[in-house]
Amino acid sequence: MEILSQVLQLLFSGLTVGSIYALIAIGFVVIYNVTGVLNFAQGEFAMFGAMICISLVGMGLPLLAAVILTILIVSVIGGLFERLAIYPARNSSVPTLIIITIGVSIAFRGIAILIWGTQPYALQPFTENNPIRILNAVLLPQNLWAIGISLVSVFAMVYFFNKTYIGKAVTACVVNKFAARLMGINPEKMSLLSISMSAGIGALAGIVIAPISGASYGMGMMLGMKAFVAAVIGGLTNAPAAILGAFLIGILESFTEGLWSSGLKDAVSFAMLLLILFLKPEGLFAKASGKRV
Amino acid sequence: MDRTDLKKIYNNSLAGPLIFAGVLFLLPFVVQSNYILSIMIMIGFYALLCNGLTLLMGYAGQISLGHAAFYGIGAYMSAYLSAKMGLSPWLGMLAGMILAAIIAYIVGIPIFKLKGHYLALATLGFGVIVYTAFKELKDFTGGLNGFFGIPTISLFGFEFNNDFRFYYLIWLFVILGILFSRNIIHSRIGRALRSIEGSEVASDAVGVNIMKYKLQVFMLSAMFASLSGSLYAHYITFINPNLFDVMTSIYLLIMVVIGGASSIWGSVIGAAVFVLLGEILKSVVPLVFPNAGGEFEIVFFGLLLVVTLIYMPNGLSPQLEKLIARFRRNKELVPAPVAAGRDGVESGGDQS
Repeated sequence: MEILSQVLQLLFSGLTVGSIYALIAIGFVVIYNVTGVLNFAQGEFAMFGAMICISLVGMGLPLLAAVILTILIVSVIGGLFERLAIYPARNSSVPTLIIITIGVSIAFRGIAILIWGTQPYALQPFTENNPIRILNAVLLPQNLWAIGISLVSVFAMVYFFNKTYIGKAVTACVVNKFAARLMGINPEKMSLLSISMSAGIGALAGIVIAPISGASYGMGMMLGMKAFVAAVIGGLTNAPAAILGAFLIGILESFTEGLWSSGLKDAVSFAMLLLILFLKPEGLFAKASGKRV
Repeated sequence: MDRTDLKKIYNNSLAGPLIFAGVLFLLPFVVQSNYILSIMIMIGFYALLCNGLTLLMGYAGQISLGHAAFYGIGAYMSAYLSAKMGLSPWLGMLAGMILAAIIAYIVGIPIFKLKGHYLALATLGFGVIVYTAFKELKDFTGGLNGFFGIPTISLFGFEFNNDFRFYYLIWLFVILGILFSRNIIHSRIGRALRSIEGSEVASDAVGVNIMKYKLQVFMLSAMFASLSGSLYAHYITFINPNLFDVMTSIYLLIMVVIGGASSIWGSVIGAAVFVLLGEILKSVVPLVFPNAGGEFEIVFFGLLLVVTLIYMPNGLSPQLEKLIARFRRNKELVPAPVAAGRDGVESGGDQS
């Protein structure tokens, strides 16, 4: 019984963290698919989301209004990022683009320091946070919010990409940019759209985690890197697999932290990343396929 | 590549390094300020480190987001052997370089099968894992509390225990490093590396053993980093894991990119710009933003990195070379060093 409740407890926190990683990882995969850019600044969108939302709530805005406004603001930041940094360099090589997004990511961190300083902030939970007990394991309503919001967002994304006109246009750019252009779709516009959308989702991830683990200027880096691991597990191009990967990493980390050592959880995730890169770089869930040279 | 271009690359004259060494030698006599000296020493550490990284990124076109790991390996190895085992710092330095080379070899074999995005992620992962090791192997490293009491370095009883003395030691290493790298670049290895940067498939087809050269240059850059780390440990006498985290790797990347990854002098320029700009920002920004604390200067480094890559993909050093060339008023026309569409850190690989 004791062990069961401990396992359940770790599972809860793993799923919570995993759902945050999932939200950020979706953003990665969308941007990577549409623009071919591995966006190291993705975690910073989550940071901006958390910090801006906390500031807006601090100004007296009701939570829901603050959340919506935050997502809009961060989407605009994402759009500016695309126009000012990615678009002018769209013909550069892969390492150049990677380093550009790294540059943007540390610039974002620096901006956050200048605005909010280095101290951590907290956001009140979305609803009354009375713990729910299941088999002696404690589940906080905020954890349910995190998992629920991420699942809803995932389904919304699936709907957007498969059922809506704009979503289909973005998907068309992923499948074949050239053909999409011939059909009258403007890939540059889709790139702008997909990056600002991913920024918005990233912001949502930051807002959801802020009541759980607090927020500070430096939170984006590790969140972003963990979401990378998740995206790589999914082979970088497969969004549903990346979401599975995110939950896998979340659970792996929470069990490492709970049963072994909290200092090692980052190393374990990245050891997993290296293992996958070395052994199965096309992702854990990929079907065997011919390799493009 | 036309002939003037070749001439530029194979410029083997010693004039540049000699003038450079002369200016460096005289500097402490002209500017008698411990503050300036300590800044120059910091530039020296980074220049030495970036020297190796420039070979890897600029000449071979391979990205590394984990080089702070090797910097740390050198620092901790040297610190442990000299402070805990009582060995000579010089032995520790050598041992650090050997260990860094061995680790680079072992890690390099699987890592360099990867390209593009995956290579960047794998080196990043390596950096995080080594950083965690520094943090968690408390018996060796002292963990987050840090490693205290590292002895200063001495040669035949002459101790490099103040800034004035250490300044000459570190810059001697930097100049030797530059000469060494120049020889490498002008050798068969250098040509092979350049061909890999141009196109991996093509160099493979003409019989260049890509894997071997990538591994060699990776090991070499690891040894440079380790050497710099050892020297740093013996200078500062106290180290902790946060000096070698992912952010440090990113700082190194900034230096290499800003200086220009396609010239060995880029490492010195990049390190100098990074350290000097950091110092200037630390004193100027608080005047505008009184509440600014922590590493706020990264805003400017980040923007500088982006702007450099978009508008000057070959970094500052070609611009500087242009300036020097204009200054000399050479008879022959100097070719525009920034060939359109060529990036400093271009890799021949695709994204797959």
